[in-house]
Amino acid sequence: MFEIFGIPSQALFGQLLLGLINGSFYALLSLGLAVIFGMLNIINFTHGAQYMMGAFAAFLLLRYAGIGYWPALVIVPIVVGVTGVVIERLFLKRIQKLDHLYGLILTFGLALIIEGLFRNSYGSSGQPYGVPESLQGGRNLGFMFLPNYRAWVIAFSLAVCFVTWFAIERTRLGSYLRAATENPALVRAFGINVPRMVTLTYGFGVGLAGLAGVMAAPIYNVSPQMGSDIIIVVFAVVVIGGMGSIMGAIITGFALGIVEGLTKVFFPEASNTVIFVIMIIVLLIRPAGLFGRSA
Amino acid sequence: MRLAASLAFAAAAVFGTAAQAEDINVRLGVLNDMSSLYADISGPGSVIAAKMAVEDFNPAAHGMKVEIVSADHQNKPDVGSNIARQWFDVDHVDAILDVPTSSVALAVSEVAREKNKVFLISGAASSDLTGPKCTPNNVHWTYDTWMLAHGTGGALVKTGGDTWFFLTADYAFGHALERDTTSVVQAAGGKILGAVDHPLNTQDFSSFLLQAQASKAKIIGLANAGGDTINAIKQGAEFGITAGGQQFAGLLVFVTDVNALGLKTAQGLVLTETWYWDMNDANRAWTKRWQAERQGGKFPSMVVAGVYSATLHYLKAVAALKSAADGKAVVNQMKAMPTDDPLFGKGYIRTDGRKIHPAYLFQVKKPEESKYPGDDYILRATIPAEEAFRPMKDDNCPMVTN
Amino acid sequence: MATLANAAAAPARRETEWSLAVAGATLLIFLIAAPFVLYPVFIMKALCFALFACAFNLLIGYVGLVSFGHALYFGWAGYLAAHAAKVWGMPPELAVLIGTITGMGLGLIAGVVAIRRQGIYFAMITLALAQMMYLVALRVKLTGGEDGIQGVPRGRLFGVFDLSDQMTMYAFVVVVALAAFFLIYRIINSPFGEVLKAVRENEQRAVSLGYKTDDYKLVAFVLSATLAGLAGSLKALVFQLASLTDVHWTMSGEVVLMTLVGGLGTIFGPIVGAFLIVAMENYLAPFGQWVLVIQGAVFVICVLAFRRGIVGELAARLRVQL
Repeated sequence: MFEIFGIPSQALFGQLLLGLINGSFYALLSLGLAVIFGMLNIINFTHGAQYMMGAFAAFLLLRYAGIGYWPALVIVPIVVGVTGVVIERLFLKRIQKLDHLYGLILTFGLALIIEGLFRNSYGSSGQPYGVPESLQGGRNLGFMFLPNYRAWVIAFSLAVCFVTWFAIERTRLGSYLRAATENPALVRAFGINVPRMVTLTYGFGVGLAGLAGVMAAPIYNVSPQMGSDIIIVVFAVVVIGGMGSIMGAIITGFALGIVEGLTKVFFPEASNTVIFVIMIIVLLIRPAGLFGRSA
Repeated sequence: MRLAASLAFAAAAVFGTAAQAEDINVRLGVLNDMSSLYADISGPGSVIAAKMAVEDFNPAAHGMKVEIVSADHQNKPDVGSNIARQWFDVDHVDAILDVPTSSVALAVSEVAREKNKVFLISGAASSDLTGPKCTPNNVHWTYDTWMLAHGTGGALVKTGGDTWFFLTADYAFGHALERDTTSVVQAAGGKILGAVDHPLNTQDFSSFLLQAQASKAKIIGLANAGGDTINAIKQGAEFGITAGGQQFAGLLVFVTDVNALGLKTAQGLVLTETWYWDMNDANRAWTKRWQAERQGGKFPSMVVAGVYSATLHYLKAVAALKSAADGKAVVNQMKAMPTDDPLFGKGYIRTDGRKIHPAYLFQVKKPEESKYPGDDYILRATIPAEEAFRPMKDDNCPMVTN
Repeated sequence: MATLANAAAAPARRETEWSLAVAGATLLIFLIAAPFVLYPVFIMKALCFALFACAFNLLIGYVGLVSFGHALYFGWAGYLAAHAAKVWGMPPELAVLIGTITGMGLGLIAGVVAIRRQGIYFAMITLALAQMMYLVALRVKLTGGEDGIQGVPRGRLFGVFDLSDQMTMYAFVVVVALAAFFLIYRIINSPFGEVLKAVRENEQRAVSLGYKTDDYKLVAFVLSATLAGLAGSLKALVFQLASLTDVHWTMSGEVVLMTLVGGLGTIFGPIVGAFLIVAMENYLAPFGQWVLVIQGAVFVICVLAFRRGIVGELAARLRVQL
C-alpha cells in the first residue's frame, strides 16, 4: 500500500474503480438516449424508469421463477425492449407531429406512472439482489481490493458500447438508420420500412436501459427511485457530450464517471454535483457540447 | 371525503352525547413510514399494536369511544407536519403516535405543541425530543439516541473498540446518535478517526465504506437505521471489511433488521433494545396475537411494542381525566400515574417527558445457536432503568431548568 | 408542425376583456367566501401553488420556453425566507422580500447559462441545474438537509398584524397573490409582453425586426423566477417549514402539470390547475403512492388529448380570452 498526494492507494484506486462503474452506467444510458434521440428526436425521459424496470425484472425473475442473473441478462433487455415498442406504438407515434417538448412531457408522465406503480407494490426502499455466485468475492491486488462483479460490469459495458457503436457506424443496418435520421422520406422511397425501423430503434434503446438495469441490480439494490436519481445525471452527461455522436456519448459517460470518482477522493462534498458544474462550464464555453454539432 | 368523515364523526358525537351523556370520544392517529426504509420497524405493525391496546383497554367499560386513523409520512417533515396539522385542525385527532424519523418527529412535535394536543413518540430516536426540543405535550417512549450510545457504544468501548469511524445518516437522528456516541467513546478514552454523512435511504454504500476502510478504525459505527444499516452491513461484506479486521457497530438495530440480514451476516452484532419478543411468556403471547393480524412472518420490533404501551397508558389517563381535549393536562396526568403494562412492566414518565424502563444489551446468535425463526438474540446484560437514560440535569430541557 | 404556441393561442381580442373581468371577480368572491367553508390552510397552499404556476406559465405560455427545473427558485426562495424569519429574526414582509430576491438572483444565474440553448436542451439544462441545487440543499447547513428549516415564525406584518392568527395570514396571502396575478396580467399585456409573444411565434422574424431576443428571453426568465420565488417565500411562512420537497424535481414536474391541466398561455389556467391538483393530492393523500401514478396519467392524457387544458378549452369554446 502506498500513498499518492497523501491519499492511500487503496482509497484512490477504490474510488476510481467506483467511478469507472458509475461511468459504465452513465455510458450505457446516455448511449441509449443518444440512439433514441438520433432516430426519433425525442428525449426519452422514461429511460430512467425503463432502467429501473430492468432491475426489477431481474429481481422478479429470481424471486418468482428462480431464474438467475445470467439468463436474466438475455431475457430482461428483450422484455423491457418490448415494453418500449408498445410505448412507441401507443403513444410516441401519435405525437410525432407535435413540438418535441410534448414528447418530453409525455415521457416524463410515463416515467411517473411507472415509478408510481412500482412504488405502490414495493415501497420505496430497496429490494436485495445478490451478486451471482460465479462473480462473488474479489481479488486483493495489493494496491486495492477489486470485487469480481464490479470488474465484470466495466468489461461488459465496454463490450456492449463497442458493439452498439460498431453496429450503428460500421454496418449496413446502421447506415440505413443514420440515413433515415437525416432524410426519412428519401429512405422510405428506397423501400425501407422507416416506421418499423423507428419502432425497433426505440425498442433497442430501451432494451439497453433494461440491460443496464440488470447489471445495476446487484450493486445498487433494486428500488423504484433508482431510475429518476440517475436519469438527471445522464441528461447532464448528454448535454456535456452533445447529442450528435454515439462515440461522444460513450466517451463522455466513462470520462465523467472517472471525474466523479476522483472528486470523491479529493473533494468529497462536491462529488455529486461535479458533473453539473462541468455541464455549466461546457455550456458557457462550447454550447453545442464537446462532441456535438452546432444545434 | 375528509369533510364527510368529519361531519359523520361530529354527528355521531352530537347524537351520541344526546343518548349517553358520559361518552368521551377519542381519536388516535398513527403516523409513520408505511412504504420505505422504516416500514418494517413500525409501519402497519404499529397500527395493529395500537388497535390491540384499544381492545385491551376496553373503551366501553370506561364510557369512551376510541377510533384509530393512520397515514404515511414518507419520512418527509413537510408531509408529516401537514398531516399532523390537518388531523388536529380538521379531523379531531387528539393524539399522534409513533413517528419514526426524527426530522419528522421534531416537526410534528411543534404542531402538537401549537395545537395543545398529545404526541406519543415511539419510533423516533433523537434525544433532543426530551432535551432542548422538549415540550409539555410530548412523551418520548421506547428508546432514544443517548440510551443507544451508552448501551451499545459503552459496551464496545469496554471490549477494546477504541478507534471509531462513523457512517451517519444525514439528518436529525443520525447526527444525534453520532454526537451521543462520540461523547461516550471520548469519555472512555477512545478516538474518533473520522465520519462521513450519507443521504437517508442510500442504496449504494460502496464509496462510504471505502472511506471507512481507509481510516483503519477498529469500529465502524453505523449511526443509521433500518434499510440503511442493512445495506451498509451487506455491502461491507462485499468489500471484505470484516475480513480485514474491522467491526461494524450497529448503533440502532432492530430484530426486523437481523431477520432481513440473516443470522449468517448479522451474527455477533451487539445491540441495545428495550423490548424483545422472546424475553418472557407475556411478550411471546402478545407477539402471537400481533402476528395473527400482521402476517408475513414478521416479528414485532420494540417500536411497535412501545406504541401498544403508550396507547394503553394514554387511554388510562384520559379515562381518569374524563376528557382528551387539553393535551398538556393529559400528559401531566400520564406523568402523575405510574405505568404498568404486560410488555414493559412497571415504569414511570419523567418531567421532561422521558419514559423510564430498563434497557437490555443483546448479541445476535450464530446460525447454529438459533432454534426457531425469530430466535435471534442472547441477553448479555440488563441496564437498570435508572442508568439507561440520560439524567435530567444533563437534558438542557427548558421545562426542567425552570 | 404544431408548436406549444399554437396550443396556447386563444383569440385575443380587446373587446373580450370583459371575460377576464368576470373571471377575476369570480376568483375574488371565491377567495373571500371560501375560508368559511374550506380549510384555510388548504386554500393558502393552493394560492401559493397558483402563483408558482402563473410564474411558470409566463415562461412556457408566453415565451415558449419549458423550464423543467422551476422548483429551484420556488424552494430556495423558501429556504432563504425561512432562514431570514427564523435566524435573522426578520419581520415577514422582509423575509418574503429576501426570498423573492433570492428567486431573482438564482433566475439570473440560471437564465444566463440556460438561454444559450433552445428547446429540448433548454429543458434538460434547467432540470440539471435544479437537480444540482437540490443536491447542494441536501448537504448545506443553511437548509437543514433532511430536517429542513422547522419552526419558522410567522411574525408580525409591518409590526402590526399578527400572522400567527390563521385569518390574518390568509388575508395577507390573498392580497399578495392577487397583486402578483395582476402584475402578471400587466406584464403580458404590455409592449414587453407583445415582444415576448412575437418571439414565441417566430423568433427569427423578431430577430430580423431588430429585437435582441436573447435579452427579452432572459428578462422573462428572471421575472418568472422572481415570482416563483415570491410563491416559495409565502409557502414557507404559511407552513412555517422549508424542506427538501420544495427543491426536488417532482416539484418542478408538479408545476408543469398544474399549468398543463389548467391551460398553457391562459391567465386563469394555472390558477385553476393549481387548485385542482392540490385538491386532488389532498384527496389522495391516504392512498399515498397513487398520487405519482395519477399525476403521470394526467400528463399523458393531457399531451395526447387535452393540450389546451381546462381553461384553454373553455376559452376556445366560448371564444373569449381567459
